[in-house]
Amino acid sequence: MTYEITLITTMAISVLFALSLNFITGFCGQISLGHAAFMGVGAYTSAMMMKAGIPLIITLPFAAILAGALGFLVGLTSLRVRHDFLAITTMGVVFLFVGIVRQQDFLGGEIGISGIQGSPFGRVGFMTLCIFLASLFAFFSLIVKKSWMGFVYDSIADNEDISRVLGIDVTQYKLTAFVIGTAAAGVAGGLYAQHFRFVGPDSFGFVESVSVLAMVIVGGIGSVWGVIVASALLSVLPLLIQFVDDYKILVYSALLFFMMRFAPDGLAGITTRIIKKLREQN
Amino acid sequence: MQPILQIRDVTVRFGGLTAVDNANLTIQPGELIGFVGPNGAGKTTLMRVVTGIISPQEGVVLLDGDDLAKNSANQRIRKGLALAQQIVQPLRAMTILDNVALAAGSAKTLNPFKALRSFNRDNELKIALKLLDRVGLKDVADSEPSMLPLGYLKRLEVARALALRPKLLLLDEPLAGLNQSEARSLADLIKNLNDDGLAILLIEHNLREVTRICPQIYVQDRGKPLAFGKTKSVISQPDVINAYLGGS
Repeated sequence: MTYEITLITTMAISVLFALSLNFITGFCGQISLGHAAFMGVGAYTSAMMMKAGIPLIITLPFAAILAGALGFLVGLTSLRVRHDFLAITTMGVVFLFVGIVRQQDFLGGEIGISGIQGSPFGRVGFMTLCIFLASLFAFFSLIVKKSWMGFVYDSIADNEDISRVLGIDVTQYKLTAFVIGTAAAGVAGGLYAQHFRFVGPDSFGFVESVSVLAMVIVGGIGSVWGVIVASALLSVLPLLIQFVDDYKILVYSALLFFMMRFAPDGLAGITTRIIKKLREQN
Repeated sequence: MQPILQIRDVTVRFGGLTAVDNANLTIQPGELIGFVGPNGAGKTTLMRVVTGIISPQEGVVLLDGDDLAKNSANQRIRKGLALAQQIVQPLRAMTILDNVALAAGSAKTLNPFKALRSFNRDNELKIALKLLDRVGLKDVADSEPSMLPLGYLKRLEVARALALRPKLLLLDEPLAGLNQSEARSLADLIKNLNDDGLAILLIEHNLREVTRICPQIYVQDRGKPLAFGKTKSVISQPDVINAYLGGS
């Protein structure tokens, strides 16, 4: 049973993490290749606080605030650069994060921070908390999609310049997406620190950033349900199949390539097409 | 009467090139002014100064008496400008109806927090459908823009601009690329909008339609204002004929 609880907890944290990137890349159309850095900021914040004896629940808002603050700064760059250039800039953020953390003794340097206290709620309690927070953010994402905010994000993702001509303050909307998305990644980071009771710089590098992007693309950029399914599946795949764990970057990159080439709208798009075909046949 | 738009002594330089040289133009409420000039006259540059995409080195642009210098493009739109662009750019992932409804909901999209608290689209969809009917696109309201020909997309640009309930409509070569009957029909629509009291600045190369529907025209050549006044008298001026036809 412990194994299943671990699997489900890992899934829930990954779902929250993938949905947080989906908010920025899927909803607002801002590509990010460095999203793991924000999870890292949250993880280190929570880890440091928990090591000081502060309970996880209290550390999570701080993890969200610090990750969101960094997200705001990175969001500012998205006002200057777009598309491929934004991808490269965000990639720089994750390398910078790992580089800086490695050099800081108070963050554990190369070794990271270990010996984090176990969850006071027990394994099942912590799993429930992770599921609750992932569900809460999924619900929030669905609300955003239904609201005029989602309508505006569709427009910005489609064409920023036209959105401006429609009187939309693109700057405000983009920064909001970055802050919300990165703050949620920070919370996922806090949960990660508690779950593994260890954080190290390599856990939040480029490979993790590509992995989470693969989850969003496989699920279907912008689709909340698609991203939930893809992230739940892809997060446990390395735990279930040794080959995937050994060649994670290769497998996820190959998945990214094939989805972009053959089904750019991901699982959500494939499902929609199948349902449409079935309806037409009936 | 307070003019809707005042362009005062506007000069724009790109390095050593003066694209607009001391332009002056005033538009009163309800006026329809044709803005013409040969290629390279600086028409689009001046339009971009008005919409805030380009900042002039000299001069000011006033909308309803307010200096627009410190306003970004989206703030100018919210103050009462609307633009239909020369190169049509529909939001391709949305239907024609949603393209217009989004513009009609500008009160709800003022900021992210207001937008997050707004869900109902019924009123905006109703307005959008009415405007699509006005520009002759009601039958294709649920189509995706990629399915429609250029003439329809030009009308979509106009409908989307109208949905912003502007004080002044800026039209950048709306007739470009259309055949004669399409151009005539769209020009008639522009005239009808003006007859309903909307102030319009129409940048256009199609002199036949401009002179047919615009009571006044403003001519610019090589960045410099050449003439402004009643259409009939302006187009008979020798320097205007010279600039347009390259000879008298």
